[in-house]
Amino acid sequence: MIPLTWYLVLSAILFAMGALGVLIRRNALIIFMSIELMLNAANLAFVAFARQYDVFTGQLFVFFVMTVAAAEVAVGLALIVAIFRTKHSIDVDQMSSLKG
Amino acid sequence: MEFLTNPLNLVIFFPLVGVLVLVFMPAGRKNLLRWTALLASLVTFGLSIWMLTQFDKSNPDLQLALNLPWIQVAGWDIRYAVGVDGLSILLVLLTTFLSPISILSTWTAVEERVKDFMLFFLLLEVGMLGVFLAQDLFLFYIFWEFTLVPMYFLIGIWGGPRRIYAAIKFFLYTMAGSILMLLAILWLGIYQGTFSVPDLLLKGVIPADIQLWLFLAFAAAFAIKVPMWPLHSWLPDAHVEAPTAGSVILAGVLLKMGTYGFIRFNIPLFPDASVRLAPWIALLAVIGIIYGAAVSYAQKDVKKLVAYSSVSHLGFVMLGLFALNAQGIEGGILQMINHGLSTGALFLLVGMVYEQTHTRELAVYGGLWKIMPVYGTVMLIVALSSMGLPGLNGFVGEFTILLGAFGSKAIGSPWFAGIAAAGVILAAVYILYMFQKMFLGPEGSIVAEVKQHGHALRDLNWREIVTIVPLLVFIFWIGLYPKPFFELMAPTVEKLLSVLP
Amino acid sequence: METLFNLVPLVVFLPLLGLLLNMAFGGRMGEKAIGALASAASGLTFLVSVLLAVALWAGGGEAQVVPFAEWIRIGTLDIPWNFRVDTLSVTMMLVVSGVGTLIHIYAIGYMHEDVRFKHDEKRYRRFFVFMNLFIMMMMLLVSGDSYLMLFVGWEGVGLCSFLLIGFWYDMDTLGRPSWANANAAKKAFITNRIGDLGFLLAGMTLFWHFGSLQFGEVFNQAEQIAAAQPGVMLVITLFMLIGVAGKSAQIPLYVWLPDAMAGPTPVSALIHAATMVTAGVYLVARSAPLYSQVPDAQYIVALVGAVTALFAATIAVGQYDIKKVLAYSTISQLGFMVAAVGMGAYVAGMFHLVTHAFFKALLFLSAGSVILGLERGHHHLAHHAGEHGEVFDPGDMRNMGGLRKRMPVTFWLYIIGTLALVGIFPFAGFWSKDEILLDAAKLHPELYILLTIAAFFTAFYMGRQVWMVWFGKPRHAAAEHAEESPRVITVPLMVLAGLSLLGGALNLPGVHSLGHWLEHSIEVLEHELHLPAWLEISWGGLNPLVALVTTLLALLAIFISWLLYGRKPLEGGQKDPLKKPLGFLFTGMENKWFVDEIYRAVLLKPYEALCRFLAEVIDWRFWHDWFHDKVIAGTYNYLARTVLDLRVDQQGIDAFANGLGELTKRASTTLRRVQNGFVRSYALAVLFGVVVILGYLILK
Repeated sequence: MIPLTWYLVLSAILFAMGALGVLIRRNALIIFMSIELMLNAANLAFVAFARQYDVFTGQLFVFFVMTVAAAEVAVGLALIVAIFRTKHSIDVDQMSSLKG
Repeated sequence: MEFLTNPLNLVIFFPLVGVLVLVFMPAGRKNLLRWTALLASLVTFGLSIWMLTQFDKSNPDLQLALNLPWIQVAGWDIRYAVGVDGLSILLVLLTTFLSPISILSTWTAVEERVKDFMLFFLLLEVGMLGVFLAQDLFLFYIFWEFTLVPMYFLIGIWGGPRRIYAAIKFFLYTMAGSILMLLAILWLGIYQGTFSVPDLLLKGVIPADIQLWLFLAFAAAFAIKVPMWPLHSWLPDAHVEAPTAGSVILAGVLLKMGTYGFIRFNIPLFPDASVRLAPWIALLAVIGIIYGAAVSYAQKDVKKLVAYSSVSHLGFVMLGLFALNAQGIEGGILQMINHGLSTGALFLLVGMVYEQTHTRELAVYGGLWKIMPVYGTVMLIVALSSMGLPGLNGFVGEFTILLGAFGSKAIGSPWFAGIAAAGVILAAVYILYMFQKMFLGPEGSIVAEVKQHGHALRDLNWREIVTIVPLLVFIFWIGLYPKPFFELMAPTVEKLLSVLP
Repeated sequence: METLFNLVPLVVFLPLLGLLLNMAFGGRMGEKAIGALASAASGLTFLVSVLLAVALWAGGGEAQVVPFAEWIRIGTLDIPWNFRVDTLSVTMMLVVSGVGTLIHIYAIGYMHEDVRFKHDEKRYRRFFVFMNLFIMMMMLLVSGDSYLMLFVGWEGVGLCSFLLIGFWYDMDTLGRPSWANANAAKKAFITNRIGDLGFLLAGMTLFWHFGSLQFGEVFNQAEQIAAAQPGVMLVITLFMLIGVAGKSAQIPLYVWLPDAMAGPTPVSALIHAATMVTAGVYLVARSAPLYSQVPDAQYIVALVGAVTALFAATIAVGQYDIKKVLAYSTISQLGFMVAAVGMGAYVAGMFHLVTHAFFKALLFLSAGSVILGLERGHHHLAHHAGEHGEVFDPGDMRNMGGLRKRMPVTFWLYIIGTLALVGIFPFAGFWSKDEILLDAAKLHPELYILLTIAAFFTAFYMGRQVWMVWFGKPRHAAAEHAEESPRVITVPLMVLAGLSLLGGALNLPGVHSLGHWLEHSIEVLEHELHLPAWLEISWGGLNPLVALVTTLLALLAIFISWLLYGRKPLEGGQKDPLKKPLGFLFTGMENKWFVDEIYRAVLLKPYEALCRFLAEVIDWRFWHDWFHDKVIAGTYNYLARTVLDLRVDQQGIDAFANGLGELTKRASTTLRRVQNGFVRSYALAVLFGVVVILGYLILK
């Protein structure tokens, strides 16, 4: 049996990759994918803990996160399409209208 | 019920019926609006004639009176009291008589916002009638101030280029005087315990020094309205900027509210002060007569000329009233009517030609008599009446005033009347100057200018003749047979004189 | 007979009816009908006057008061409109309506041509309306029973005078577009009004001392009040003199009359020679009971009259306009009348008033005929030449000459009028003027001398005029082609000529029919006089010495005028032969002694300047613009805008509140840099925050 630590390390690596992607990439799609990566890293951690302690709550949460992620992707993609229509770009650095 | 059936109330408030009807009419139907307003004012005139038939001219007291409790708060006794006597009946008739005439004069002159114009006009009539009929100081004050509002709008909306300035000046100037009067009214109400004029007359005599102050406070309001020299500065502005109908009513009726105030309140309520101040008032009146006549002569604008002539004419009225004898006061009251007729007619006539030429500059006129013979003849008659030619109304008034002032004990010296009589020459100077510049001499440049715009100057049309003829009738009537007019006021004036020391 | 007196209101209402009918229907009537209607109205008035005279004569001359209507009644003031029928008023009525009717008839012909020369035929009717109005007002004046009714007519005739002087209000006397005629009319009215002021003051003083303005009541108290308050009587009579000076064109108010010649000639004849201007004489005669009480006032009146008589006569010598000469002559003759009534010689004054009405009307109307004759000649010429080129003055005597051959009828009429005016036996003027001079010689020798010199000048200027107009050669082509006037013009003149010839019969010395007639109205006080012997001579009332002196002087004056103007007639463009010998004196006469200019400089210009100063500087710039707009409104505006609004409100209360806002704004400006709009930096911040929170939770 693979110890919990391994899962958690993988999850942490995946999360760090996602976070780095969000912070340094400028393509909105890539940022989205990085967010998915972070979500899935969290899912991995949930599932690992669920198996370790033999409770269903963790698995339940994973389904919940996946649903939210799907909804989020739908909204996010729609936003990206809308932004692309007006700006003809999906570079997030160009979207700084809210600058104070 | 009594409130509604009283003839005086009917006269005062009938124009309001017209207002109510007008409110529900479409603003676009201009002729309908005009006819309605005319009808309302004509019915009011009819009602005032009905009032006249019920008036007993041998009775010196208030008649057809109504006296109802109105505001009874904190020991104050404010009453809704109206009544008519020899001092006011002619002025009431003058008001109801001039109103339809003024409305007729707006037929083609006022094209914008006809509905509002007529509303304000009828409201103004209510106010003026109320002023002449109110017998309670508080009620009087309300009507007195109320007349300012419609007049303010009549000048401010339908006036000339500087109308806002003129309207505000008119409003503030008169208001300033009224405030002092309000204080005096409150003093009387508090210390004498009543606001009702007949009751006040029954109360004891007010101490002489207090009388003086009260007299001055009332006089501040009235002298501005008259206007007595040197408080006349608002008048030329208001007259020049006001629309024709406004000028007619302003000169014809509103100014009389001032002189009426003096005779209704100042003289009977403060007899000692009146006698004491009579020479000073006479002095101001005489200065006004000469000054107004001289300043008129130097005017280049016809309307301004007529406006300043009012200062001169009203000087005669004041001189007559403060002669404090029968000839002077009766002449003064008659001269109020005369001035309303003659100066009203002058403003109407000036307005009629202004509608065609759009200028009042004397220099561009000339030779109009040849082109407009009827207009010229009517103007001549009115001008002669204004300068006091015997046989026309102005003479009867001016002569009796001068005669009264000449022998007046209150004024004390025939010099005032003697100098005022010189005003008769000066009146001829400015009136003939105006008549000459407009009607005699070679054709003025305006004739060609009007022709350039494609329509020649025309003589008076039927509507204009109908407007002016009633005035001419009275100009001749008073000039030739003033007896019925003097008879209406004689008993009241006699009674008034009997209270003077 | 008594009932005839009730006809008296007709003398006012017949002319009124005439003018109303003409106003109403004249537009559809022909010229002849308009003129006939107006003349008929005036003629019927004359008829009524005659009936009144008959009734009066039959009743022994007793004065009658006919009540008609109430007019003004206030307190003690009671002025009814009553008619007074006495010999004085009826005499005036007869003169006014009689001469008036003749002039109306004359005007039918005169105005027919005048309106055509002036190219405005529509004005024909207006002329007759005004003429009837004048007759009406004049009748009101002479028939009134109180000073106020007299004043009504007095002002009324002034109005008619204004309207008729300004009849051609849009041109000058030569028909060019101008303000001249209108100005002349205005001048007449205003000058008259100055006189009216005097009348008015006299009336007011009368009322407060006599308690009435009715003639009867006033005259009854005259003696009593004169004894009690002599000063009052003097004031009244002198104020009245101002009125007389205005209406009867005496010094100093005579200046309007020469300008009044701007009116059509019938107007000059009727109003400005025969009737209206004599109203002042009538007033003094009417007020005889007052004047008789104050010899000082009487003397002043007489002096004014005599000085005017001489003064105006000198001006007449230097005039070139045929009507202007007659105008100054009228002033001079009015001076004679005023002097007469002033001296107390009321009958002589009234006698001269009547005869003067005849011969001066004759002269004016003949002059009108001459002017028309020249107009016709000019028209004829212009018609042939086909143009209306030069401006032609048909009234200028320098354009005339030799007219006696072209207009023989008018010539003879004019000669009759001249002889009557000059006072040659047996013409009317001889008798009336002689009577004035005789009375003057008896009462005030110094005035007698003034008047005699005036009579000398009269003869001279009339001689000058006759030689210049009728003799010699025509000095203008128009005079060469002048045409005689038609019958409608000459026939009334013939009637007047007859009256001028025979008018003296009214009051022949010794008979004194007019004197006895007027005695019923005017109480003539006989003074005890100590006369020199030569004045005591009487040939049946005629003093041969006075008559002889006057006649000889007149003949001498005519002879001198013949020497100057007749023997060697004036040539076209030649200067007046008097100019050289008299030098600056003649310049003065020519220019009316510059009185108009002096009045303009001393009275008119200062008054106009004063009015302008009052209106523009005092009333407008000082009182309206500065005091009201600047001081009152300006101060309030300053208080409201600058002090309260700016200093207190904006810089005080607002500033505090705004300071707080400013502070917040500064802080946020600094802080807003955090908001750079980059999603990534927000994400980083979130991450950082998560790490910090987690770190805190873990390390806690």
